[in-house]
Amino acid sequence: MILRIDNLVKHYGPVRAVDGLSLEIGEGEVLGLVGESGSGKSTVGKCVLRLTEPTAGTIELNGRDITHLSRRAMRPLRRDVHMVFQDPYSSLNPRFTIERIVGEPLLRHKLADRRETSRRVAEMLEKVGLRQEMRSRFPHELSGGQRQRVGLARALILEPKLVVADEPVSALDVSVQASVLNLITDLQRDMGFSCLFITHDLSVVEFLADRIAVMYLGKLVESGPTKEIFAQPRHPYTQALLSAAPVADPVTQRERRRIVLGGDVPSPVDPPSGCRFHTRCPLAYDECRTVEPALQDPRGSGHPAACHLVTADRVPDAAATR
Amino acid sequence: MSLLEITDLSVGFATEDGLVQAVRDISLTLDEGEILALCGESGCGKSVTAMSVPRLLPPDTTRLSGSVTLDGRELTTLPEAEMRRVRGKSVSVVFQEPMTSLNPSFTVGYQIAEVLRRHEGLSRQAAGKRAVELLELVGIPAPQRRMKEYPHQLSGGMRQRVMIAIAVACEPRVLIADEPTTALDVTIQAGVLDVFRDLRDRLGTAIILITHDLGVVADIADRAVVMYAGRAVEQAPVTELFAHPRHPYTLGLMKALPSAAVNGRLAEIPGMVPSPLSDPDECAFHDRCPRAQADCRLSRPPLVRQGEDHLAACFHPGGQS
Repeated sequence: MILRIDNLVKHYGPVRAVDGLSLEIGEGEVLGLVGESGSGKSTVGKCVLRLTEPTAGTIELNGRDITHLSRRAMRPLRRDVHMVFQDPYSSLNPRFTIERIVGEPLLRHKLADRRETSRRVAEMLEKVGLRQEMRSRFPHELSGGQRQRVGLARALILEPKLVVADEPVSALDVSVQASVLNLITDLQRDMGFSCLFITHDLSVVEFLADRIAVMYLGKLVESGPTKEIFAQPRHPYTQALLSAAPVADPVTQRERRRIVLGGDVPSPVDPPSGCRFHTRCPLAYDECRTVEPALQDPRGSGHPAACHLVTADRVPDAAATR
Repeated sequence: MSLLEITDLSVGFATEDGLVQAVRDISLTLDEGEILALCGESGCGKSVTAMSVPRLLPPDTTRLSGSVTLDGRELTTLPEAEMRRVRGKSVSVVFQEPMTSLNPSFTVGYQIAEVLRRHEGLSRQAAGKRAVELLELVGIPAPQRRMKEYPHQLSGGMRQRVMIAIAVACEPRVLIADEPTTALDVTIQAGVLDVFRDLRDRLGTAIILITHDLGVVADIADRAVVMYAGRAVEQAPVTELFAHPRHPYTLGLMKALPSAAVNGRLAEIPGMVPSPLSDPDECAFHDRCPRAQADCRLSRPPLVRQGEDHLAACFHPGGQS
């Protein structure tokens, strides 16, 4: 396992952003972490990078517990895990040239001298499909898609084992998004890094993730192989999420069964008792209000869900109510 | 005659670098009870086209030509005082970010009632009663209680519903919704789209929906206009458009969606949008187009009929039905 998260908790004051989450990412695996705003998905990414201190739980990177490593002890490990952000504009230093931005990790870790750095930057720019004359440009001179390519070049120049990508294509137009997604797929295949891909967009993870984990209010509600999650979602929330994302085909879209969830996502300051989804779940019954369902896999198929209604011989259908 | 008719509309903005031409020669119509989607990528001119109707563009720098009529009445030359009445009563707008369009220091109820008192001349009490009805109409539970709350106490989806309630308070003929669900989660988006559908069905409101999301277009629109570099490149009823896209750009957008991947690859649209500062007499899409031929560089393809009720601006259209 490249990444093993065990019972991760992160509270910001009263806000219970992540509340006991476990997941693993294997070598060369792309895990799509999906959820809506306030689900805690970005907080998980930040904890993995130690950009924020976990409240409890453990994070293992490549078999090593990094949960409480000091900044200094963490430094050499920063080579192994890199982040790609949603808005490359705010994550790239506006005063630096592209050459300096992309080469900076090499120099910071003293892994190469100037000449070697320059050579590696040239190589990396080619890999991400940027022309060499971009080296002397500044971030503001680039388009959104080009900036995201710079973000990828910078994240990948140290050949990390794990890349945490937080909504890397959400701010891009469809046509630009397509080329960046193709690029991520190519780079991942060529370089073999593992990836924690955080997004709200189901179609994006369907395209590139091997496995998907779905979060709701700080908890994992379901995880499994991408194809299975899409073909047979088990948790009512996953079912609702999939049914709510409109398909770009009016005939299919207008015939689809939709699960419209009532109400709003409750506050993570005071999450509902029992199952956190019970306030919006069309299938909720008494037990759901009091007993928190554990994430379990009664069928033993590597596709666990946290719902009382999932049993060895039955999967709930949130669309079949009322 | 349609409810709203936009004819040969061009809109430019004076900047230090020269005139930025955001919209070029757009013509479109909107009928009562119709939901028309204006779609395209950033900078294609979809918002500017729509905002020309209520004239919500900076007056000092905007250079507008062409005609916009509502019920046969020309809006582009209307005196500002009369235009203000049109904005309140006949044409209203819902923006993407409800938090910045609501006033944080007044209750939700006050903000809805204010519109009714100003534009409909209702008394305080009558306006309050109507405000509760409007909150109910847009699907806000416990409207009596919500009336007394401030915007920050509401979730994003609820705030957007309040914005819609304000926008439809005076039962406008035309509602312009600019990316109304883009900032919302998908489970919330579905409910807000239902509100638009419901308004159209119950009040006959005509809606111009500005969106970049083809899924939203497929879900709710009756007709769609696809824009590229300031021009309409294709226009058709939604089922026809998705079944037989004629313009290579429309087809490119559909194929670039992650859900349209073939063998783990997405179809890319190479190159970039041309600069809005120049406008050579050629197809603006030719250097990105897989079907481009010599004639695409020699003159601009006009938007012409390519089948029943289907317009496209292409010399080499595809997808014959």
